[in-house]
Amino acid sequence: MFVALRDIRFARGRFALMGSVVALITTLVVFLYGLTDGLAREATSAVAGLPADRIVFGAPKGAEPEVSFSGSSVDDGQLAAWRAAPGVTSAEPFGVAMTRLTAAGKASSVSAFGASGRLLPPLLSGSAPGDGGVAVGERLARESGVRVGDRVTLGAEELTVSAITADRSHGHAPSVWTTLAAWQRAAHQQQPTALAVTGTGGPDGPAAEATEAVGADAALEGIDGYAAEHGTLQLLQGFLFVVSALVVGAFFTVWTVQRRPDVAVLKAVGASSGYLVRDALGQAAAVLLAGAALGAAAGAGGGALAAAAVPFELSAATVAVPVGAMVLLGLAGSALAVRRITSVDPLTALGASR
Amino acid sequence: MSTSSVLSLEAVKLTYPDGDRRLTALDDVCLDVAPGELVAVAGPSGSGKSSLLAVAATLLRPDAGRVVLAGRDTAGMSGRERTALRRERIGIVFQQANLLPSLTAEEQLLAVAHLRGESVRAARSRAAELLESVGLDAAKRRRRPHQLSGGERQRVNIARALSGGPSVLLVDEPTSALDHERGERVVELLAEVTRRHRTATVLVTHDRALLGVADRVLSMADGRLGEG
Repeated sequence: MFVALRDIRFARGRFALMGSVVALITTLVVFLYGLTDGLAREATSAVAGLPADRIVFGAPKGAEPEVSFSGSSVDDGQLAAWRAAPGVTSAEPFGVAMTRLTAAGKASSVSAFGASGRLLPPLLSGSAPGDGGVAVGERLARESGVRVGDRVTLGAEELTVSAITADRSHGHAPSVWTTLAAWQRAAHQQQPTALAVTGTGGPDGPAAEATEAVGADAALEGIDGYAAEHGTLQLLQGFLFVVSALVVGAFFTVWTVQRRPDVAVLKAVGASSGYLVRDALGQAAAVLLAGAALGAAAGAGGGALAAAAVPFELSAATVAVPVGAMVLLGLAGSALAVRRITSVDPLTALGASR
Repeated sequence: MSTSSVLSLEAVKLTYPDGDRRLTALDDVCLDVAPGELVAVAGPSGSGKSSLLAVAATLLRPDAGRVVLAGRDTAGMSGRERTALRRERIGIVFQQANLLPSLTAEEQLLAVAHLRGESVRAARSRAAELLESVGLDAAKRRRRPHQLSGGERQRVNIARALSGGPSVLLVDEPTSALDHERGERVVELLAEVTRRHRTATVLVTHDRALLGVADRVLSMADGRLGEG
């Protein structure tokens, strides 16, 4: 790193420009990571938080079951078959539907869950709702000015707020929780949407054919629009990583070409190709680490500020993973560029005409 | 090969491809240089002087003959071994100073120490000593190449070549970018460092007017080396 660090000091304008580009891309990637996780949380936290090993989706007799909360319904026979299946320790039916919660004349879009108290998110105050009661998430309660004991309307069903729960959401709408019976009235549904199952095994026969059990993570794919949204954001992340590797690779390609005379001199005085490649990679690592650290700080800071307005999830993973990937891919790009060092002929240091 | 020589070229032949035929750059060249001896090789452009230097520096393999450097025959050496030999035993004074633009005069020497695996801190005093011995004061040691005159750059070039403590010093047209007066001073400096550092020095030049200080002057024409 002897020559590499002095090159950075000497050509500080060029390296500062490159570092700034890395920092900007890192900021964008960190922001996108935080946004992806935040959006995922808003789309999935209610289902992801269910105390279940598997989610069972159902279909009417003769129809093919599919992993979709909007297309699934479980009848009494399927419920009974799952409860009776060997290895299954519990099978709790629950319903989910998008509807509207009106409180004090203010309406909010919500995801209404109908379930037993066992499936409820942690209660922050009040008690689990009985028939005629509803539990509301903390943020929704704050924004709607709702407290325990207030009367609210869920769909067309009038209910009393019995509890404030930890925040959960489904399909980007905050979740409210009521009993399955109240949910059926509010959502105009006859049957629960799916089953939250713990334990292993499953039923045989017609119930098995008309239901599909998937792991809790795979069940998230059944949330309308989630897979497409998540996939799109991950594609954007991937593009940014590729752009970053290409930009860093292009910079170090030009830089290596410009340095060829210096490299020839160093080889002529006894520097090995390995020494020079290590020196150049060290230089790339220094630029990448500095740029990525700056970009991570900017992305995390900006995200924390933006979190008040957009669903931004700030955690060690949403910062460290994209920064690590940026540095590694940038190094891969620069490694392709600096391998040209190995082809520099030290003879050229003695003059081009020989 | 003389027993006292550090650099020995024995019947060296070197050819280059030139269209359908091969051009002979070195034709049966023999040369022995002893420690502390300055041998000047003069000749017109294209006579093979620089090819001679490139072969002696292990940058080119001859087609025939032997190059023995500090008692080691370079013929069977791998690229890695030849690189190590250049690092440990050979100093090259380039025609253009070829200094790295990002490094100060002192750092040019420290870079060589670093690639030799020496501690930069420990090498600093020797670098200062060498630069002082070629006439660069403390202020100029901290300057980068573009802040030095042509003569000063050539002095740094010489100090850098000496910084690894070489047995052999190969000097390629050191005065070509300098006026006569500065060129004369540089050649005198080379003669002085050759004696002081006991290097076997080969200086190639087209300017015979500068060769009064050499111990031996040889001439080169059409790839053949002869007495001056």
